Amino acid sequence: MNKTTVTIGLASCGIASGGLPVAEELEGLLAGREDVEIKKVGCVGYCYMEPLVSVIRDGKSCTYGKVNANVLHRIVDEHVNRNLVVQEHLILTEGTEPKGTENPRGEKQVRIVLRNSGLIDPKNIDEYISRDGYKGLEKAVKTLPDEVIKEVLDSGLRGRGGAGFPTGMKWRFARDAKAADMRDKYLVCNADEGDPGAFMDRSVLESDPHSVIEGMIIGAYAVGASHGVIYCRAEYPMAVRHLGIALEQARQRGFLGRDILDVPDFDFDIYVKEGAGAFVCGEETALIASIEGQRGMPRPRPPFPANSGVWKKPTNINNVETYANVPWILLNGAGAFNRYGHGRSKGTKVFALAGKIKKGGLAEVPMGMSLREVIFDIAGGIENDRKFKAVQLGGPSGGCVPDYLLDTPVDYESINATGAIMGSGGMVVMDEDTCVVDVARFFLAFVQKESCGKCPFCRVGTKRMLEILERITQGKGVLEDIDKLLNLAAQIKDGSLCGLGQTAPNPVQTTIKYFRDEYVAHIVDKKCPAKVCSALIRYSVDASKCIGCARCAKACPVGAVSGEPKRPHLIDDAACVRCGLCKKNCPISCISVD
Amino acid sequence: MTAVAGGVSLSELEARLFPIVERYRGREGAAIPLLADVQKELGYVAEEAVEYVGSELGIPPAELFGVATFYAMFRFQPQGKYVVRLCRGTACHVQGSARVAEQLERTLGVKDGGTTEDLIFTLQYVACLGCCSLAPVMLVNDEVHGRLTPEKAVAVLEELRKKSVPEVSR
Repeated sequence: MNKTTVTIGLASCGIASGGLPVAEELEGLLAGREDVEIKKVGCVGYCYMEPLVSVIRDGKSCTYGKVNANVLHRIVDEHVNRNLVVQEHLILTEGTEPKGTENPRGEKQVRIVLRNSGLIDPKNIDEYISRDGYKGLEKAVKTLPDEVIKEVLDSGLRGRGGAGFPTGMKWRFARDAKAADMRDKYLVCNADEGDPGAFMDRSVLESDPHSVIEGMIIGAYAVGASHGVIYCRAEYPMAVRHLGIALEQARQRGFLGRDILDVPDFDFDIYVKEGAGAFVCGEETALIASIEGQRGMPRPRPPFPANSGVWKKPTNINNVETYANVPWILLNGAGAFNRYGHGRSKGTKVFALAGKIKKGGLAEVPMGMSLREVIFDIAGGIENDRKFKAVQLGGPSGGCVPDYLLDTPVDYESINATGAIMGSGGMVVMDEDTCVVDVARFFLAFVQKESCGKCPFCRVGTKRMLEILERITQGKGVLEDIDKLLNLAAQIKDGSLCGLGQTAPNPVQTTIKYFRDEYVAHIVDKKCPAKVCSALIRYSVDASKCIGCARCAKACPVGAVSGEPKRPHLIDDAACVRCGLCKKNCPISCISVD
Repeated sequence: MTAVAGGVSLSELEARLFPIVERYRGREGAAIPLLADVQKELGYVAEEAVEYVGSELGIPPAELFGVATFYAMFRFQPQGKYVVRLCRGTACHVQGSARVAEQLERTLGVKDGGTTEDLIFTLQYVACLGCCSLAPVMLVNDEVHGRLTPEKAVAVLEELRKKSVPEVSR
């Protein structure tokens, strides 16, 4: 009989869902078994179903979701030992899709960036190599650097960090930049994934670090760089750990170091630089300052990093997802890549699906798929079948897209036209219970806190906008506030040096554009239609229905609910903190909020 | 001998920081990892520590403070035994992390950045932990707790408090 492989997903999301005890249990159950191999893999993207365990035998893979100790015992006993599939917990067999859903997730996906994620052990370079790893590099070094750049240009690959600048052009600039010493150039990977709601880079680094490293080595060959830096968020400890292991293995195999793959003078090595928590460091000039150990503040361009970057040396910067595409493009050719896509956006994009959706996680789709397909087919639609209200794209720099624009295709230009941006690919879906004014306030609070303070418009302007939004959500707004917000927004965009300030007003502008009536409801009617803004809502008990079970009183953290047992209870509005626990704990739903 | 940082004497502080200083001597642009190592050793970036490493390495303390105060990672007060990092990212916000935050503030009696008097808990709000599909999420030291409700978050902390109380009173 062929060897059986049992995999368990142990990326951050798997561990957060309780994957570690399951893995331990699995090791215990299969201890000493020669016929079964346990593989600890990364994230396959079905985060909503974690912890995930797959049984792979005779080329067929069965994946089980929400695995706990009991389910695991059944999987081992029935599937591993007796070859009987545990149907109730099966969510996926290779080539097919989660059962019980009409909308297959896998068939709509095209996995280029995520080609290995969740399938290989990220700590084992041999597994990466066995799936065509480092073959793109081998192919690249057999051609001239200029040909590599041409291939990337032809593929149409654009920066996946958000702005969408053609990668091949960036490489061209860095190659053409004059360095005092021929190869004294830097190649940087921006892994400072700071957009709240985006986690694809974390997942790739945790689950398939070699794909990024190989992409960087190819980039180094193309632009002629000898120093590599991966600037990674310190909030991603597992990504940092896996990168360290992968870099060491790549060195041992001669993919990093001197005369790589026996190409004379092709010397390149990479070190990991941990960030220290500053959103603005995702901006490339701020990132460079941070690499040099300074405060991460942006500076005017030109000079562009291609000519004067890290330590004033020519520097090329791309993000994680961009580099992860590169080995695939080199191996399969530009034509294989750009046959996916729409307009000037080629290839695929990885989206981090979160918010009020049924199936949160990662999905990689060809550019040009509609937002509707991503949200309703791939992410399974809205939780508890509530009504869709908006999708927030591109994090704090992005915007909210309303339902009537759901057929917008995902490509850089079409999304920009809505006022949002592609950004790094975070998609936070909101339903009718989400208040868009509150969301706008939330983003403003974020950028206001993260503004580095260099440009007065960004530093002071976002503060003023935040104050106005706080006033509105507290029911103290006036109608002129809306115009004031739009006016400030325009000025901040004009008067800011870097992308943070230039895009900070986007969430406010798009929510005013598409949901002005909600602003008006807060200002004029003093109501929050989504019942979120605590100053504008109040909880009350329907005395005619209340059975006096006192569960609300018990749940209340501030003792605002009073009443005799078996008698209707009463909420003291002055003491109430609007946490909603009373409503949640009421067995007969007699507490309402309005 | 006077105690300076967290009851540590100046000479002891210097002895503890000396290996760190040696590691970074002559290295350019190493302010961030240097400060991170100081924080790892002492639990926070103490003023006396910055003055000491700065004078040893020839970096003006003001420059080091400038860097340290820029980044969210650095702390200037002793931290609790458990650092509770509640995610206040978008996905968590939409899923009700503000309610969790309010409840944690009530339970611990501290606000964002505060440490309980018994030095058991420090509460911090962070931008995004990247576990958006498990929102709302908090990280307690290195352990992630997902799909939180206000009750669940408090239950996690009560469990930890129970564990650490005998230790502290010992």
